Amino acid sequence: MRSSFDEMQISSTQVREHYRGYEQWLAQQPGDVMKSRREEAEMIFRRVGITFAVYGAKDEDGSGTERLIPFDLIPRVIPAHEWVDMEKGLRQRVVALNRFIHDVYHGQDIIRAGIVPGDQIFKNAQFRPEMMGVDVPFGVYSHISGIDIVRAGNADGSGSYYVLEDNLRVPSGVSYMLENRKMMMRLFPELFSQHRVEPVAHYPDMLLETLRAVAPASVNEPTVVVLTPGMYNSAYFEHAFLAQQMGIELVEGQDLFVKDNFVYMRTTQGPKRVDVIYRRVDDDFLDPTAFRPDSTLGCAGLLGAYRAGNVTLSNAIGTGVADDKSIYPYVPKMIEFYLGEKPILNNVPTYLCREKDDLKYVLDHLAELVVKEVHGAGGYGMLVGPASTKAEIAEFRAVLEANPSGYIAQPTLALSTCPTFVESGIAPRHIDLRPFVLSGKTVQMVPGGLTRVALKEGSLVVNSSQGGGTKDTWVLED
Amino acid sequence: MLSRTADHLFWMARYMERAENTARMLDVNYQTSLLPQSADAAEQGWKGLLSISELSGDFAARYGKVTARSVMEYMVSDPENGSSIRNCLMAARENARAVRGTLTTEVWETQNQTWLEFQRMVANGAFLKDPGTAFEWVKFRSHLSRGVTVGTMLQDEAFHFLRIGSFLERADNTARLLDVKFHAVESEFFGGPHSMGSTAPSAPGEAESSGSSQSQGSPARSGRDVEYDFYHWSAILRSVSGFEVYRKVYRNVIRPEKVAELLILRPDMPRSLAACTQEVLSNLTMIANEHSSETLRRAGRLRADLQYGRIDEILATGLHAYLTQFLERVGTLGVGISRDFLVPVES
Repeated sequence: MRSSFDEMQISSTQVREHYRGYEQWLAQQPGDVMKSRREEAEMIFRRVGITFAVYGAKDEDGSGTERLIPFDLIPRVIPAHEWVDMEKGLRQRVVALNRFIHDVYHGQDIIRAGIVPGDQIFKNAQFRPEMMGVDVPFGVYSHISGIDIVRAGNADGSGSYYVLEDNLRVPSGVSYMLENRKMMMRLFPELFSQHRVEPVAHYPDMLLETLRAVAPASVNEPTVVVLTPGMYNSAYFEHAFLAQQMGIELVEGQDLFVKDNFVYMRTTQGPKRVDVIYRRVDDDFLDPTAFRPDSTLGCAGLLGAYRAGNVTLSNAIGTGVADDKSIYPYVPKMIEFYLGEKPILNNVPTYLCREKDDLKYVLDHLAELVVKEVHGAGGYGMLVGPASTKAEIAEFRAVLEANPSGYIAQPTLALSTCPTFVESGIAPRHIDLRPFVLSGKTVQMVPGGLTRVALKEGSLVVNSSQGGGTKDTWVLED
Repeated sequence: MLSRTADHLFWMARYMERAENTARMLDVNYQTSLLPQSADAAEQGWKGLLSISELSGDFAARYGKVTARSVMEYMVSDPENGSSIRNCLMAARENARAVRGTLTTEVWETQNQTWLEFQRMVANGAFLKDPGTAFEWVKFRSHLSRGVTVGTMLQDEAFHFLRIGSFLERADNTARLLDVKFHAVESEFFGGPHSMGSTAPSAPGEAESSGSSQSQGSPARSGRDVEYDFYHWSAILRSVSGFEVYRKVYRNVIRPEKVAELLILRPDMPRSLAACTQEVLSNLTMIANEHSSETLRRAGRLRADLQYGRIDEILATGLHAYLTQFLERVGTLGVGISRDFLVPVES
C-alpha cells in the first residue's frame, strides 16, 4: 500500500475530476495574487486574534507567545460521493464507541465475550472507576468526537481512507474549520459562486442543539456553558469562539461552585444554576476533591453533582478509555460486536507492542514503522522510522524495550498530498482530515471537517504545535 | 452575567479611558512646552503630570532628572510603569481577550488592533518623532473603542459595566487634572501652599505640586503673567477638549472660576465631574442587585452634590480640598461596585 496519492493530480498533467474547476481558476490567477491574498489572510487572522498559545514559549518581553496557525489558500476538495460513505462510516464508528464506553462502565459484555482483554481497560489510566454504574442521558458519552482520517495510496494508483485515531476527550480544531471557510469566502468569493461547496457555518447551531438535548431530563430550559482552563490555554480562542457563536457563557473553574450537588455560576445577579457543561478541561483537572487535588481549573464537588445526575458533562468523564491507542485496534471488532455490522471505515493495521510477537516484529522493523506512545497526543513521543536517523532509532529502541506496553506501531502510510502554497510556490504536502461528529439524541455532523497540512516538505506531522497548518475543506457536489 | 466577565469589562473600559487621558495630559504638556517659557516652568509642567498619576517617586527612583523626553518615554512605553499608555492598552486588550465572547466582533477587533498598532508605533519610534500625532492617535483609538461599543453592543449588563468603567475612570482623571493644574497656576487663589498646608488634607503627590507654583502670592500681576496664565488655562481646557466648548458656553475671556465651573458642574460638558457622575449613576441603576443599595445611594448623593453645587461655594472651601474629597468618594464607589458585582478582592 505504498504509493503516493495526490488529492488533486492523477499525474503531472492530469487533474482529478473534482479539482478541475479549481485548477482552471488557479491557472488564471496572476502569480502575485495568491501571495497578496495570503498576506491579507494573515493580517485578518491577527486582527481577529485567531491565535494559539505555544506551551512554554515566551515573547522577548516575557508574555506568552500567541501564534497564528498557518492557513493555506488551496482548499482540500472531497467529492460528495466519497463524503457520503465517510459519513456513514463515521456515524457507525462513533455509535459503536459510545456503546463501548457505556458497556465498560456497566455490564462489560465485551470483556466477558473475550473480545477486548479486561486488563487493557482496567489498567488504563483513563479508566474512571468513579463512572461505574453512572447513567448518562441517551447513554451517550462522547458528544463531540474528532475522528482523524488519512488517505493512503494503493499500488494501483487509487487511494483508501483510514481512521488514524479517535479523539473522544476534548477534540479541538473546529473553530479553524469555521474560520477557514469564512476566510476563503472573503478572499475568493468568485470560487464559491462557481463551485457548489457544502456549507459548514451551522456547526455551532448543531453543537448547541446537541448540548441542550443531553441536559438532565428534569430540566426544561437548560443553561449550557463552555468551561475553559482560561485565556492562556492554547485553544482559548476556540473556547471563546464557540461560546460566542452559541450565545452561552464562557466560564472558568473559579466561576463555578457546587451546593447540595447542584452546580452554580457566580453572576452579577447572584448564583445561577448550570445544567450542561461543555468542558474543555481534561478529566484530571475537573474536580480537585475527586481527581488532581492541585487543580485550580475545575470545581470542587463537580463529580458528585455529575454522578447525582444534576449536571451533564460534555464529553462525559472517562471517555479516554475508548480513544486510547491501545484500544484503537479493537474498534472494528467493537462495531461488529455491538452493531452486528461490517466496519465501513478501515483501521490502519496496528502492532501492539505488549504482545510478544508484535513487539519482535516492531523491533525488527523500526526503520519502516511509525511507533506511537499509547497515551501520547499532539505528535509528541513518537518515532517516524523512515524519517529518523540511526541514532534516533537506537535511542527509541531503548525507550520501547523498557516499556513495550506503552507503545503501538503502524506501517508508515504514504499519506496523501494536496497542493499547498509554500515559499517556493505550489508544492504537494501531506494532509489529514478531522471530521467532528456530534452525538446527542441523534448523530449528526457538518460535511467535511478540519484539514491539517504538514508544511515541511516530506513531513508527516500535521499537529499545529509542530509546524502544521490548516486548509479549508470542501465537500463538493458531484 | 458572570461576575468575572463584568469585572473584565469594567477594567477594559477603565484602562482604555486611562490611556486616553494620559495621552491627553501628555499632549497638552507637550504642546505647552513648545511655547516660549522658562526651563523651570516647563519642568514644572512635567512634574505636575507625574504627580497627577502619583508616580513622582517611582519616576525619580528610576529616571532621575525630569525632562520632556524621559517623562514621555516613562508614560508612553515603559513596561515597568503600570500606568504607561503601553500597559493601559495591553491591560485593556487582555481584559477584552478574556471576555471576547461577550463583546461584539467589532469591539474586540478594535481593542486588539489598537494594541497591535501601538506596538508597531513604539517600535517605529512614532511617539518620539511626532508626539502630537501619536497622542492624537491614542485619543482616536479610545473614541473608536467607545463609539464601536455604543454602536454595536446590545444594551445589556455588559454594556452598563463598560460604561461605568469609562465614566468612573474619567471622573477620577478629570478631577486629578484639575487639581494639579489649578494648583500649579493659581495656587494662592484656589488654596495654595500657604493656606493649604494647614487646612486641607494632603493629597498624594502634593509635595511636587505645592512647590510648583509660579505665583507666589504677589497681588499685582504683570501683563506677562496674565498672558502666561491664558495659555495655561487654555491648556487645561484643551486637554479635555474644552476650549471651544468654553467659548461657546461663556462667550467670554478665559476666567479660572469659569473653567472650574465648566469642568466640575456643567452636566452637558462630557468630561465634567457632573456628567461623569450622572453616567455612573444611571448605568448603576440599570444593573442594581440586592447588595448594591448602599453603592447606589453613594452614587446618587455624589450626583446630587454636583447637580446642586455652586462654584463659589466650592472655591470658598478650597478647590484642592474639594477635589481630594471627590477623589475619595469616587474611590469608594469603585470599591463598592467591585464588592457588589465583580470579583471580590479575596478569592
